[in-house]
Amino acid sequence: MSAFLSIRNLSAVLKGGPPLLRSVSLDVAAGEVRGLVGESGAGKSMIGKAVLGILPRAVEVVEGEIWLDGVDLLRLKPTERRRRIGATAALIPQDPMTALNPSRRIGPQITDRLVDILGWRRAAADARALELLEQVHIPDPARVMRAYPHELSGGMRQRVLIASAFAAEPKLIVADEPTTALDVTVQKQILRLIAQMQARHGTALLFVTHDLGVVSKICGTLSVLYAGKVVEDADVRDFFAAPAHPYSAALLAATPRYTDPKAGLNPVPASVIKAVDAEISAFDRGWRNG
Amino acid sequence: MLARRILTRLLTTLVTLLGVSIVVFVVIRVVPGNPIAMMLPPGATQADIDRLNALYGFDRSILAQYFIWLGGVVQGDFGTSIQTRQPVLDLVLRRLPATLELAIMALVIAVALGGFLALTGTRLRGTATEGAIDVGNGMALSIPDFLWGLVLILLFGVLWPVFDISGRVSPSLVPEFYTRFFLFESVLRLRFDLWLDLVRHMLMPALALAIPLAAIIGQLLKQSLKETMHLDYVTLARTKGYGENHVIVREALRNAVLPTLTLIGVQFTFLIGGTVIIERLFSYEGLGNMAIDAVINRDLPLIQGIVIVFALLFTVINLIVDLLYTVLNPRLRNA
Amino acid sequence: MLDARDMVKRRLGLRLWLSGGWLVLLLLAALMAPWIAPHDPLEQDLFTSRLPPFWMAGAEPGYWLGTDSLGRDVLTRIMYGARVALIVALVAGTATMLIGAALGLIAGYYRGWPDMVISRLIDIWMAFPPVLFAILLIAVLGTGLTSVIIAIIVIDWTRFARVVRAEAMAQGAMDYVASAQVAGQRRLGIMLREILPNVLPTIVALLTLEMGIAVIVEAILSFVNLSISTDDPTWGGMIAEGRTSIHQAWWVLVFPLAALFLTVLSFSQLGEGLKDRFDPVLR
Repeated sequence: MSAFLSIRNLSAVLKGGPPLLRSVSLDVAAGEVRGLVGESGAGKSMIGKAVLGILPRAVEVVEGEIWLDGVDLLRLKPTERRRRIGATAALIPQDPMTALNPSRRIGPQITDRLVDILGWRRAAADARALELLEQVHIPDPARVMRAYPHELSGGMRQRVLIASAFAAEPKLIVADEPTTALDVTVQKQILRLIAQMQARHGTALLFVTHDLGVVSKICGTLSVLYAGKVVEDADVRDFFAAPAHPYSAALLAATPRYTDPKAGLNPVPASVIKAVDAEISAFDRGWRNG
Repeated sequence: MLARRILTRLLTTLVTLLGVSIVVFVVIRVVPGNPIAMMLPPGATQADIDRLNALYGFDRSILAQYFIWLGGVVQGDFGTSIQTRQPVLDLVLRRLPATLELAIMALVIAVALGGFLALTGTRLRGTATEGAIDVGNGMALSIPDFLWGLVLILLFGVLWPVFDISGRVSPSLVPEFYTRFFLFESVLRLRFDLWLDLVRHMLMPALALAIPLAAIIGQLLKQSLKETMHLDYVTLARTKGYGENHVIVREALRNAVLPTLTLIGVQFTFLIGGTVIIERLFSYEGLGNMAIDAVINRDLPLIQGIVIVFALLFTVINLIVDLLYTVLNPRLRNA
Repeated sequence: MLDARDMVKRRLGLRLWLSGGWLVLLLLAALMAPWIAPHDPLEQDLFTSRLPPFWMAGAEPGYWLGTDSLGRDVLTRIMYGARVALIVALVAGTATMLIGAALGLIAGYYRGWPDMVISRLIDIWMAFPPVLFAILLIAVLGTGLTSVIIAIIVIDWTRFARVVRAEAMAQGAMDYVASAQVAGQRRLGIMLREILPNVLPTIVALLTLEMGIAVIVEAILSFVNLSISTDDPTWGGMIAEGRTSIHQAWWVLVFPLAALFLTVLSFSQLGEGLKDRFDPVLR
């Protein structure tokens, strides 16, 4: 079975600066939920951005392929790549407070892709938006469609953004730390909602997070990133039973567990960091020579 | 809430207008020479002078004169011009349309040009074109309208004489108009021959007024557009499949416009202030040109009337901008 | 990343040098005009009227930039006109700054009734077309250099007052001011020792801007024949004369206009450059 999203040997650098991604390869099959885990700066968001074609201008992809639904995105012309991504993938952004345009009403912000990119009729798109808003448990969706973002709470806005992401029935959704900016009480609800919506629509999900606890709840597989390199690629159950890479093991040990508050909270030991850093520089040497 | 805002603004406006009239009154009454003496032919008797002084109220105390004037204004009587012996209000209202049309034309040019520069600079950010736009804007806004007017006269009146650099319209065409709003009238009556003649006369003075404002708009709008382009909702729109042009215009522009709008309000009043000298430079028959003549002729009631009209114009513009800001910003609308 | 910043810095440096260079040149020309100017600025000679500049056919040696319709040497008059322009720039600019900044500081830091009065005055002043106000003042005060300087101060103090008031208000709300108050410093002392130094870079940038504006205002007043006396050479007066004979002798307008243009541009670029150089964030 070929993966729906397949990233092959993707390497990116900050223009004139250090490497950000080091030959990253990962697959997401149709309907699979893959966690992308790492500390901040490990490059996990960068992978999500590369897939969605929104890398910052200062970042340059130096090699690799991103196959989305059988097409290598990096080989497409910019306009075509944008259209293709818009039609097959979607983003659930990190901060719902800044991800909605403050001067546009909610409705058009959900339906614009359907109408402009996918060529739906406006009435059909509106009906679809209403349906999705109901699916994400928004009360009085017709009123919310006419509202401006500032009239909604943070949790409500994230629901709107989830509805918007699923509206075009994409095959892949990238969720970029979708609960980090929310209150703890709301976080659990939103997480449950994402899982629910994913199951309902059968969408493949690339879930970017620094929180292994979240991964254990929602993901089937995961990739662990360190310094822009995938150090482990595993099934979630296997991973939590026995992580293969020492860095993964240390990361897992550093994660607080709700079942056993005394366990966890051990920082990643310096010896592990030293070992994995040595691994990275060995990789860089091989890369430069090869 | 909105009604209260408007009411407060109207009240401060009234206070400002009163202040303006007092300042003008005080400044003018310090004038040494007697304007009445200048009006009379040589050999006029003291009795003639006294009679005219009494007629214009110059024999009373300054305070009494002010209240007489104010009483007239409240009833719509701005006094009589000493020079032409016509009611000040008539004179001012006959000239006001010319100045308004010039100022509005300049504003339209400034917004179009500044908007174009800002959008182009944002679209091509990081390129040499953006750098050129920045340098051009920086220079254009530090040179005032008076100098731009002279440069334009040299370029398009002498070097490559395609525009008229004097007057508002060819004198032979004046009888064609029913109203004093020549430009609007020519458009409404679809008389494009008249319209063309007007534009040939008005474009240069309007451009002189517009260039500094266009540079300011270009600079500020580009800055806020570039800041907006980094925001999450713009990035989200990109993932939906939208291209750069669409993202700039539909996602970023409306939010970036708000700070620019407040600025345009203040700057538009500066622009109207600039019409005074620009009208002089281009011999344009507007309010400002008349104001300079009134000062030179010591026509006190006329000066007073013109200054009040300018002040009224400025405060009304500020009020409009305030309301527009409220309408465009959804956060303020139902607050 | 680094080389882009360096390029910006180099450009700033060039800007400072060019604008500073022009202003120094102008200052020298103004100071030494009586010794280095080729002619008497008032000397009229109808036999040499409307001579073109040196590179054109019909030019006379010694009249580098041509002559006006009364036969007066354009270059000489530009040099003498620079004296008026620079005196106005320095004196009016500085005086406007002192008065405007002081009122702005008081309004912004003391708040209360002084702020009420000053803000109201600013509102009233902003409702005047400045050029009309200046012309009116000259009509009242009579022509002459002193009148011009007074008129510039009277119409333009609000530019400083507005900006300084806003900055002083922002600074006054900061913690360091509160701690100075807790430490028992007097209000006047806090205003001068704590607030003023933080507002100073803005004031300096505004000052160079104001100098350029003062030159323009003087030129505008000369243009409508209301500056110093009609005989004394001023750039605005030359421009007014050049405007009337523009089709016969364009050089009478072009050269004083170029001098005015460069001077105004130099003052503003100097201000921008100084602001960037002294701005601790950019440095």
